[in-house]
Amino acid sequence: MTDNIIEVKGLQKHYNGGKIKALNGITTSIKKGEVVVVIGPSGSGKSTFLRCLNLLEEPTGGQVIFEGVDITDTKVDINVHRQKMGMVFQHFNLFPHMTILKNMIIAPMKLQKKSEEEATKLAMDLLARVGLEDRANAYPAQLSGGQKQRIAIVRALCMQPEVMLFDEPTSALDPEMVGEVLEVMKQLAKENMTMVVVTHEMGFAKEVASRVLFLADGQLVEDAPPKELFGNPKSERLQSFLAKVL
Amino acid sequence: MSSVILAVSEKMGQWLETTPAWMQSAPESIQNIGYQFYQTWVLNDNWKYFTNGLKVTALATIGALIIGVILGVLVAVIRSAHDSSRKKPSVLLRILNTISKLYITIIRGTPMIVQLLIMSYVILVPRGQDELLRCAILTFGINSGAYVAEIIRSGIQSVDVGQMEAGRSLGFNYGQTMRYIIIPQAIKNILPALGNELITLVKETSVATVVGLNDLTKGAQIIVSKHYTTMVSYISLAAIYLVIVLVLTKLLGMFERRLKNSDR
Repeated sequence: MTDNIIEVKGLQKHYNGGKIKALNGITTSIKKGEVVVVIGPSGSGKSTFLRCLNLLEEPTGGQVIFEGVDITDTKVDINVHRQKMGMVFQHFNLFPHMTILKNMIIAPMKLQKKSEEEATKLAMDLLARVGLEDRANAYPAQLSGGQKQRIAIVRALCMQPEVMLFDEPTSALDPEMVGEVLEVMKQLAKENMTMVVVTHEMGFAKEVASRVLFLADGQLVEDAPPKELFGNPKSERLQSFLAKVL
Repeated sequence: MSSVILAVSEKMGQWLETTPAWMQSAPESIQNIGYQFYQTWVLNDNWKYFTNGLKVTALATIGALIIGVILGVLVAVIRSAHDSSRKKPSVLLRILNTISKLYITIIRGTPMIVQLLIMSYVILVPRGQDELLRCAILTFGINSGAYVAEIIRSGIQSVDVGQMEAGRSLGFNYGQTMRYIIIPQAIKNILPALGNELITLVKETSVATVVGLNDLTKGAQIIVSKHYTTMVSYISLAAIYLVIVLVLTKLLGMFERRLKNSDR
């Protein structure tokens, strides 16, 4: 049990006082070093599920236990735990009024009280890894979509998180830029980063995932390694979904 | 009546003797304007009424601006925090929000001049120019704060919600995300509106003449009451305000361009 970094128990998210059930009792766990890919039709609740993991969406029921702490408990200081959960958004959400470098060092400096040199050194190392060290002093508006998303990933990494959450990281990108972002994610997976990825990239799921979760109508329908899930889908719901996307 | 006119024309004759020859041969109306100009600016060092008044106007504007911006940011953050929280806001936040709304309603719903009259004759009752200036600064600051608050709130709303989410996901709390991420972007979006508010503020300080503050407008009024030089004094006054506003417009434009550097 101790190697579970995140445990989700009976997670529920209802809107309008229960009329809309975005998530309806999801239970699963994520081990350290695992790459969990979440797939499912649109409106299935996969983004809501991911956003509940760091409480960007407040669950209406159930528990999210991160490193042994129930973070849905209102007494818990969620900001401390969020520092260890990096998040990458569909629309990048870089801070447009800051340079790339500032985007990356502001959180480590203000939250982890790192010195500017220390934070800058880490940021430059990470930038070099994604091949963007020459853009450190550019502003987000001067970058392409793929570059922005790579920056968003390394910005989250600057906080040295225990787990990385990806919310459809390639959905807003031009097709020719999807590859460069997936490449960075694959590299991360190789380095044993714990990752939860909501995506429509089935190729990525097949190649990189240690487990694939299939969500439909707010419920966890199947949970299996990619070979099994794609090769031998059990439920009808998943079969029809795969028939459409593959 | 006639004795006054006689005295003025006699003085004007004396003055004309000291002016260049073309002035003496100019039409009477030009001579008149020239003499009014002399009375407004040169005679008895009257220009000092303008410079001293300008100092008071500048102090009142700067003071009110500082109070207005501080109040405005506070009220705007309270209102935004209240409106954006998904859960039921805490009791404290709801009380603060109600106070903020009441403040905005009262300040925007009553004339500036009435607020000034109430402040100086009912609430503070200042004595002497220093106290009067402080009273005026406070009144203008409180007044401006209500408008600035609504401007800033619209600026906060103009920033994409993803920015708040990105800040929170990094581990910043609500206040830190506001301070480092949302407000700087909001300020950039609302700079034209804030500049407008500043320009309004500069001109609105002239209202303080009704409670006896020796500001720029009062300076002109004093000169007029001494020499009846209505035309030149008041047009000079207008010109001074215009120059201040033009300079401010220029400065704000430069500031806006500097902030634009991140927009490519």
